[in-house]
Amino acid sequence: MGKKTEAELQAMARKIRKTILEMTYHAGAAGAHVGGALSCADLLAVLYGEVMRIDAKNPSAEHRDRFILSKGHSSVGHYAALYAAGFLVDEDIQAFESNGGAFPAHSVKNVDRGIELSSGSLGLGLSFGIGSALAARKKGLDYKVYVLLGNGECNEGSVWEAVMLASQLKLSQLYMIIDDNKQQLDGMSETILRMPDLCGTLRSIGFEACCVNGHSIGELLHAFTESGKQDKPVAIVMNTMKGKGVSFMENNPMWHHAHLKKEEYEQAMEEIGKDD
Amino acid sequence: MINQAAAMQWSRIGSRKTFGTVLANLAESHPELMVLAADVASSSGLVEFSQTYPAQFLNVGIAEQNMIGVAAGLANEGYKVFAVSFAPFASMRCYEMIRTYLGYMNLDVTVVGIASGFSMGVCGNTHFGLEEFSLMRSIPNMKILSPADCSETAKLTEELLSCHGPAYLRLTGIEGNPVVYKEEYELTIGKAIPHRSGGDLAFLATGTMVYEAVRAAKVLDKEGISAAVYDVHTIKPLDQELIYALNRQHTPIVTVEEHMLSGGLGSAVADVLMACQSPVRLLKLGIPEEFLKAGDYRYMLNQCGLNPRAIAAAVKEADLVC
Repeated sequence: MGKKTEAELQAMARKIRKTILEMTYHAGAAGAHVGGALSCADLLAVLYGEVMRIDAKNPSAEHRDRFILSKGHSSVGHYAALYAAGFLVDEDIQAFESNGGAFPAHSVKNVDRGIELSSGSLGLGLSFGIGSALAARKKGLDYKVYVLLGNGECNEGSVWEAVMLASQLKLSQLYMIIDDNKQQLDGMSETILRMPDLCGTLRSIGFEACCVNGHSIGELLHAFTESGKQDKPVAIVMNTMKGKGVSFMENNPMWHHAHLKKEEYEQAMEEIGKDD
Repeated sequence: MINQAAAMQWSRIGSRKTFGTVLANLAESHPELMVLAADVASSSGLVEFSQTYPAQFLNVGIAEQNMIGVAAGLANEGYKVFAVSFAPFASMRCYEMIRTYLGYMNLDVTVVGIASGFSMGVCGNTHFGLEEFSLMRSIPNMKILSPADCSETAKLTEELLSCHGPAYLRLTGIEGNPVVYKEEYELTIGKAIPHRSGGDLAFLATGTMVYEAVRAAKVLDKEGISAAVYDVHTIKPLDQELIYALNRQHTPIVTVEEHMLSGGLGSAVADVLMACQSPVRLLKLGIPEEFLKAGDYRYMLNQCGLNPRAIAAAVKEADLVC
């Protein structure tokens, strides 16, 4: 780490957000899961721009870090990050949600394009990540496994089965990152199924856990730099805002999955700001 | 290697412990093998395996959903994984995980449903495994294997190590499992094995019902009805060529399975026959669609007419032979 400045990563996050909006707009009436993609855009910039050991020219290298998108509804955000990191090209972005295309709303495993698993079914990615981290340990490889979950996804019991096993196995190469944007499909999470204090709970189960502002590039970088030094799996709980960066989407459950009208698209792009 | 002594020993311990015993013999020569168990190591003969090859074994606790996800993650990194639990929990508790992570991504994981069918008869309906054929048939890429006895359990377990893609291995029967195979034989996944020839009808049987069908055929012999018996150890991909051949020969088919009638072997055979212009008659014998009163293994089979005399009687009553 240390090659990119915070300003450069902020610019990458803006690019990711703009690509998310473009894909959503061009998807037309089909729309996209735009709110949750925007809430994890800063994390994706930090991971793909700085933290992860990846190479778009050698996407299946055995020693590559693995990114597991467990909250598959944010595939549009993942595609945008893969585009910014050189794994996807313009044609791929234009093919988002196209009939018979390779990039549907929930991503399909395609390691050559940086997609490690088929996503869309919530509550399974951490288990998959355990398998991947266990394989690294067995083979003596030092790659890390970054699993991104949503706060709503943590309603699933299977997440907690995986949490307990990751702790039991002391999988220090495993990073569980929760995008806690406080919302899910039916509205505010607190009114649907109140979750425990995620950070404290994960720490009590045996994780090295911290809570960060998920829209602060500096805090995110610090969390990744300082964690992973104990004999435990790592949990990073990100305090985020659904729809972050677009005023009319922020904290509005209507934008969990939606389509964009032309005026909305233009306003949103303007609010994200100019490319550097 | 199958021989009389091994067959008898395996028969005594039953199919699920045979499975674990055989894997222990394969671990050293297959470093890519990983075995996951949902707190069933002792129930599946895996204690020796777990102690001798701890690096190739992981007990995930009573958490079948997580087990399938972890198995998928390991398989994605090149391991050949067996994931083991009692049949209803191995198949139904984590069905969506099997469909999405194993089927969709076509990963090398064999889900092993131990003590399937009525093996745990007195435990009641929660512990019966009666639906797996039906469930697994509808998952693309999935193979379904159903060994006739402990020798075939050993053979299929080894065979699966060289197969690509997901599979479901369904282990039926109890300790003292009747022996069908006493010596080495050829087995190809997807090809049924003829056991007995006969011109009036053909039993297509699977799992424990192969042995019962052979005995039923002997009962029918005395009635002047000549019945062939085939061991359908692979439910998917089904041996369609055999069904077409029997249809061409106008041989009525009787399917016998320790499995729910809806969606099982009989339904799979019917699907093939219905594509034929003039399908032969088909009699499906198995377990009716109801929750039965619990009892020991033989009691449960008898309730469903799955014994040689009842099978023979059902065949005669159906008046299949012209």
